[in-house]
Amino acid sequence: MTVLHWATISPFLLAILIPFLYKYARPIHTGWFVLVLPLVLFIYFISFLPITSDGGVIEYSAPWVPSLGINFTVYIDGLSLLFLLLITGIGSLVVLYSIYYLSKKTERLHNFYVYLLMFMGAMLGVVISDNLIVLYTFWELTSLASSLLISYWYHRKKSTYGALKSMLITVFGGFAMLGGFSLLYLMTGTFSIREIISQVELVTSSSLFIPAMILILLGAFTKSAQFPFHIWLPDAMEAPTPVSAYLHSATMVKAGIYLVARLTPVFGGAAEWFWILSGIGLLTLCWGSISAVRQKDLKAILAFSTISQLGLIMCLLGLGSASLYFGYGTESTVYTTATLAAVFHLINHATFKGSLFMTAGIIDHETGTRDIRKLGGLMTIMPITFTVSLIGTASMAGLPPFNGFLSKEMFFTGVLNATELSIFNMQTWGMLFPVLAWIASVFTFLYCLIMFFKTFTGKFKPENYDVHVHEAPIGMLVSPIILGSLVIIFGLFPNLLAYTLIEPAMAAILPTLLGGDDVFKVHIYHWHGFNPELFMTIGVIVFGTILFLLMKKWAQTTIYLRERDPLNRVYDGTLSGLATGGNKLTSFYMTGSIRHYLIYIFSFLVLFIGFMFVRLNAFAFGGETAPITFFETAIAIVMVIAAIVVALARTRLTAIIGLGAVGYSLATFFVFFRAPDLALTQMVIETVSTVLFLLCFYHLPMFKQKFENVKFKLGNLMVSLGVGILVTMLAISSHNSKLFDSLKDYFVAASYDEAGGKNMVNVILVDFRGFDTLFEILVLGIAAIGIYSMIKLRLAKEEQ
Amino acid sequence: MRTNDVILKTATQLVTFIIIIFSIYVFLAGHHNPGGGFIGGLMTAAAFILLGLAFDIETVKKIIPIDLKIITAIGLLIAVLTGIGAFVFDANFLSHTFGYFQLPLLGKTELATALLFDIGVYLVVIGVTLTIIFTIGEDQ
Repeated sequence: MTVLHWATISPFLLAILIPFLYKYARPIHTGWFVLVLPLVLFIYFISFLPITSDGGVIEYSAPWVPSLGINFTVYIDGLSLLFLLLITGIGSLVVLYSIYYLSKKTERLHNFYVYLLMFMGAMLGVVISDNLIVLYTFWELTSLASSLLISYWYHRKKSTYGALKSMLITVFGGFAMLGGFSLLYLMTGTFSIREIISQVELVTSSSLFIPAMILILLGAFTKSAQFPFHIWLPDAMEAPTPVSAYLHSATMVKAGIYLVARLTPVFGGAAEWFWILSGIGLLTLCWGSISAVRQKDLKAILAFSTISQLGLIMCLLGLGSASLYFGYGTESTVYTTATLAAVFHLINHATFKGSLFMTAGIIDHETGTRDIRKLGGLMTIMPITFTVSLIGTASMAGLPPFNGFLSKEMFFTGVLNATELSIFNMQTWGMLFPVLAWIASVFTFLYCLIMFFKTFTGKFKPENYDVHVHEAPIGMLVSPIILGSLVIIFGLFPNLLAYTLIEPAMAAILPTLLGGDDVFKVHIYHWHGFNPELFMTIGVIVFGTILFLLMKKWAQTTIYLRERDPLNRVYDGTLSGLATGGNKLTSFYMTGSIRHYLIYIFSFLVLFIGFMFVRLNAFAFGGETAPITFFETAIAIVMVIAAIVVALARTRLTAIIGLGAVGYSLATFFVFFRAPDLALTQMVIETVSTVLFLLCFYHLPMFKQKFENVKFKLGNLMVSLGVGILVTMLAISSHNSKLFDSLKDYFVAASYDEAGGKNMVNVILVDFRGFDTLFEILVLGIAAIGIYSMIKLRLAKEEQ
Repeated sequence: MRTNDVILKTATQLVTFIIIIFSIYVFLAGHHNPGGGFIGGLMTAAAFILLGLAFDIETVKKIIPIDLKIITAIGLLIAVLTGIGAFVFDANFLSHTFGYFQLPLLGKTELATALLFDIGVYLVVIGVTLTIIFTIGEDQ
């Protein structure tokens, strides 16, 4: 365990202390204690920047389950460091924000910060782990922590609904991902991502390549809210706003992006990877941006916006993976623009989306509503919030000079480059990419306009609000201001990021493209000259503005009015269908009738053993048999008649006597087959048990006339005939297929010499196999005590 | 409504002894001839059931002064102890041995440790059978 290991799990350790801090340091808001940790971690992780920007990596391993190849290996390269800085940096800001957002008097802060720290630690673990199983462990912890945070106000029905939904969907994906990891292990024999990448040809040549890829992508897509698994994210907006800002915009939803980027060296270069990623990404982008336009709730707009931006990043990662197809060379460098855009937009999105969520939270906190139909005219009342929102929204819409503009330009470059791809059938379908991307951008622009203008412009109507509306306290504004400043700084000086974060991250995503000591040379310009990207952006702005101005025309259409995502119906239907279906199935066969259960058991016996009989052709007839004597025939006939009498008896007495007759005939059989001990025992036992039957049944009521339908009786008959025939066949066949001699010769020889007894049966019972006898008498004893206690305890109860 | 069944009672008094003696014979002869603890125990129990039918359960309880459940327990204990006893002689659990001894009255007789185990079986069977029958019989 090195310092890095401790740093990774430090949030968990602090989480243990939180309840005590909450209880014994009541006057201080618990968040202040929490704030220290992400700040320290952020500074600590920044110290790795010089190493990774020179292309170096840091790797330490601590054994966890070494026998299974599971080690807690921390591995920091450009990509991990980028995420580590995002998590701790935005984590600090969110904690600071939450100190002012959550009241220390009314909220259960200890719960909140324990969950938040748990989430932070899990997220750090996900991005720092090199071992797939460790990564999976932390991955599931993020799902768990996320659900706990969504249901933080657990008395609200919507919160628990959202938590359950996100849990079900992300855990479904998590399990699929575990399957994919196991397949990777099967192919390469290691859980270490480093080692898997070094033996990547084993993976690409394997027949398990596609299944592993699809399973892992299921995990990534559910976590990153890609179509059609995005439906959990809008419902996760029931969480407190700091949580939404942190988990559902900046960090957790990017875990899937991280996983995809991390495993690009393994799967990238394959057509399936390219198509699934870029296709689903593009679909999510369009779907999310179009759905966001229909939302009336600030956080819901932001949720769908997050979905669409994640789709954008995913699409870019897919397009960027095409460069791996070409390998190292000048040809591929054109396509790495997409990867560059993905990494850059990832950072940008975290900054502007974080600030937008925080301002939405401020508006909610200060006005009591998030509904854009009620809001309006807040510009002069909340000037700082207004400014920060303006910066964030403009960046999200892709306007210069903010960072969103730069990454959007690069996105257009990426999709335009994709049309020139000569692989993966792109000649046919490539044109779709820029067209769909452009349409999605128009809608992105549109919802940005709606969100901004509906909130801040127009007339202020005090009657819409239950509370006195005013600007938020400065503490709450610090975090969004910092993020907003970052948006501007990254927008004006994008190359600050280029050498420090983006180049090492790209080197981690596309390691095989670099020969020797090469590094990616990234330089981001504001002005590219008059190129197609610029015209596309101008088109987006023009069409977006036109659509917004015409809003009155289409605002009353049903499509716009309907807010819920139609895919929710599928989710709800599946869930309730599973419940009712399971219920129906169970109540269909679990009838509570022992007769039915017996029929299942016997039918299974007959069908299964019968099937095996036929399949293995196990029939064996016509072996050697002893001659049949007259007495045996006579006793057999008596026995059969007695058995039929038992089956057809109308009164109990007849049945008991019939059973007795069967028992005595059996004893006679024992006599004829020369088993005196058995005959004696059978005789006495039969007598005693008949006495018992008479004792018991004397008190029972008469047989009830049962009105069973003929079909049921016929079924019974079939089953019992089946069992009878089966057992008979089994007995005959096994008699005729004895493979080895019996042990009897040993007992005959040894019973007098070694055990000193002439009665072989008794010697076997008490000497050779006395152990069995010991437990048989134990069984008898238990039966006696059981009967005694059943009768006596029942009496005692009645007396009470 | 029980009538005065003198004949049954008198016959039972005679027959019971015969049955018990026969059952003990069957029990002791078990090592060499048909019989043994199980059958012996059942027969002894049958004798007491006959007594119970002819007289009543109270009479039988007077004859057997120990609780039937304790008899069962003693039987189990004897059976287990004969198994454990083998450990004293550094043998495996439930190892039996036998030997011939010159006894007064009986002359040269074979004595086997298996008989001790059989005593356990005998007592358990008596205890169990009578417990079941009498418990149910009392529950009128």
